[in-house]
Amino acid sequence: MPARLLLGLALLGVLAAAALAAPLAQAWLGHDPFAPDLFRRFEPPSATHPLGTDELGRDILLRLMHGARVSLLVAISVALGATALGTAVGLVAALRGGWVDAALMRLAETVLALPVLPLLIVLAAVDTGRFGLPRGEAGSDIARIAAILVLFGWVGVARLARAAALGELSRDYVAAARVAGASEARLLWLHVMPNIAGPVLVAAALSVAGAILAESTLSFLGLGIQPPAPSWGNMLANAQDLVFSAPLAAVWPGLAILLAVTGSTLLADGLRRRM
Amino acid sequence: MLRILAARLLQIALTLPVLSLLVWLVMGLMPGDPVDLAMLADPNLTEADRERLRALHGLDRPLHLRFLAWAGAVLSGELGHSRLFARPVAEVLWPALLSTLVLVGAAILLAGLLGVLIGVLAARRSGAAAGADALAILAQSVPSFWLGILLIIVFAVGLGWLPAGGSPEEPGLVEAARYLVLPVATLAFVTTAGYVRHSLAAMQSVLAEPYIRTARMKGLSERAVVWGHAAPNAAVPVITLASLDIGALVGGALVTETIFARPGMGRLIYEAVMGNDYNLALLALLLAGLVTMLATLAADILQRLIDPRIAG
Repeated sequence: MPARLLLGLALLGVLAAAALAAPLAQAWLGHDPFAPDLFRRFEPPSATHPLGTDELGRDILLRLMHGARVSLLVAISVALGATALGTAVGLVAALRGGWVDAALMRLAETVLALPVLPLLIVLAAVDTGRFGLPRGEAGSDIARIAAILVLFGWVGVARLARAAALGELSRDYVAAARVAGASEARLLWLHVMPNIAGPVLVAAALSVAGAILAESTLSFLGLGIQPPAPSWGNMLANAQDLVFSAPLAAVWPGLAILLAVTGSTLLADGLRRRM
Repeated sequence: MLRILAARLLQIALTLPVLSLLVWLVMGLMPGDPVDLAMLADPNLTEADRERLRALHGLDRPLHLRFLAWAGAVLSGELGHSRLFARPVAEVLWPALLSTLVLVGAAILLAGLLGVLIGVLAARRSGAAAGADALAILAQSVPSFWLGILLIIVFAVGLGWLPAGGSPEEPGLVEAARYLVLPVATLAFVTTAGYVRHSLAAMQSVLAEPYIRTARMKGLSERAVVWGHAAPNAAVPVITLASLDIGALVGGALVTETIFARPGMGRLIYEAVMGNDYNLALLALLLAGLVTMLATLAADILQRLIDPRIAG
């Protein structure tokens, strides 16, 4: 296996392990990362607080680990959603061709040419309470952000899936399957899908990187995961106000984002080179 | 070429109205309209006042009629007022676009030169190329808001060399440049990484071409081969990427502008959305969309002008 693939998997593996181990670490260190402790604000790193405490006396390491749960959950949901939607669009476009293909691809081009970040902000500011959905809870925040990111994330997958599927559909084995009487669904699912899994996987890994950056950006701007639920982005937003009193608090969440994004980019790059 | 141009312009002409309608509808879903906010601000207003105010501002009419009225006004050049800044929108919009274009232009110029330089130099040795590519992946993964905060901590808080953000208090080019250094560095850092990766890949494939071998064989110096024959071809993807980036960063500089408190397009959109300034948010978003789409068009045309092999 190429070094990039291994390194990417290792980085994501460490972060996933940290996310899963958050409750264990909480029991081990014996404090609640959600409960303010105003007598212990801005403590330096120590045995009980390995990375020190934040402006409300909460343990920074434990909050980072809980933030990893949020970031990875959003990233996995976006990768699954965008990959499913993008693959479906790409396959339909490749199979139908003609005006369906043209319409879907023009739509994809248009989405690519839009100013993404400002639109994400507009969408993230929508009051979900108006549709009768819950608002302001950690779970609904995650679902809301993931849904918005899927809206933009499918495009890259769809273009890759379409290009790969067009290549496969022109092969002789597809013609043979057609002659043998395979239905369109069977053709796509059993014959084309396994053969375009490679590029689709690369696109999925790239969308993980994009989702982690986008979620942390929105949370940093106060439109993503709302405090007191910790996310790397909103921890950085808090830290920005405290650059004079606690500069180190700004280092850790950014480092976590950097490692997660690097990990998924390396994974995508390694997968691409293996094909 | 003309056909591409016409198709793209048609696409822009179709996209803008659809985008404005969608954004208009989405804005309607944001918490609180102006009258709600006025009610919250003033306890003396009664339910009757609310109805009267809604009728006065036309908020009692159905959404589609309100959209058509707004679109008609905008098309006749009537951009309306910004609620947040209490000024005509045009007065707010143009300075913001100018500020963003200065920031983005400086960042892309710096990133393009630096990226091509690193890419071309690193491409000649496979070890250096692999190292530069790996470093570029790492640099691409740096969240810009983190980098911005770190630069503020080091250069504004720690060393005190540069201002942490805001607008220059005194006029003068030097003063304006001092306020530009950190935002441009933040924006250029991540952008450079992309240019390094693209020019590196292009340079590696160009160096393997037969015409490079011919150039070497006829006795040209290595410098003439690399900079005279290979580099111009490797710069093509970077030029395309840069023109795409100008568009993407008009809205995408939002985070940098927010951290450094620069009054640009991105920050304007952010503040307008957060401050319930529908009209300003919508117009700023449309302007950013227009600039982004025009930049995509420019990238298309530029690519075809530089490289005639691309059909169309």
